[in-house]
Amino acid sequence: MTLLVSVFAAIISTVLWYKNAPKNEMKLGILCWLFWGASLMWLVDAIFEYAELKAAYFTPAPADMLNDLFLGLSVVALALIIWLVILLVSDPKGVVKKALFKKKAN
Amino acid sequence: MACFIVPAVEAIVVTVVKKVIEKKEKQPEEVSVVLDGTPETAYKVPFSRKLKWLTNLLWGGSALLAFEHVWHGEVVPWFPFLTAAADPADAAEMLHEMATVGVSMAALVTLVWLAMLGVSAVIEKRALKAEPVKA
Repeated sequence: MTLLVSVFAAIISTVLWYKNAPKNEMKLGILCWLFWGASLMWLVDAIFEYAELKAAYFTPAPADMLNDLFLGLSVVALALIIWLVILLVSDPKGVVKKALFKKKAN
Repeated sequence: MACFIVPAVEAIVVTVVKKVIEKKEKQPEEVSVVLDGTPETAYKVPFSRKLKWLTNLLWGGSALLAFEHVWHGEVVPWFPFLTAAADPADAAEMLHEMATVGVSMAALVTLVWLAMLGVSAVIEKRALKAEPVKA
């Protein structure tokens, strides 16, 4: 479930990145790297788990599924926070800078 | 248990290599390429920039996986930071997992990056061969 949430987040962020490219004002590429990197790693985790559990891998207990979904959503929230911090610190549109300085009236 | 440590270590190594290459890299090659139907002078993306794709994937994935390990109580904010490291039997299991799952994770991310390099090389070649659109 965590892998599934991460893959969907990766696909959505990649589509949004492509839609806005070549403009990089929102730094959506960060989200793509975060989600694709995690998805690839969780894919490996899933393959090893499948090798161990075989078909039982696809029929998890409802409590495990819910916990994994909760984890997946928390991972998405963490990635969005990382992206937001980088976006506000790098401030590509100069919005934060403008908010911190007021032009002197002549 | 601690599989994310392997790609994280690879991320550190590749980041250092990228910094070294960046310093040694000369001015990127200038090429004439057709963008939006008209020929333009552009720079080819240097190798260090492509290496950044790999570091981004490795750092991004390791960061989110580290969170998953905190979630499962496998990583804690006190010494020895990895709960499995406190017990020799668990530590052996952890090292086995790092050697199998962790190495596979690092290998898959690197393979995907190599595929990205291949695809980008094809796209670059195609763009250099493209003829300008006649009005």
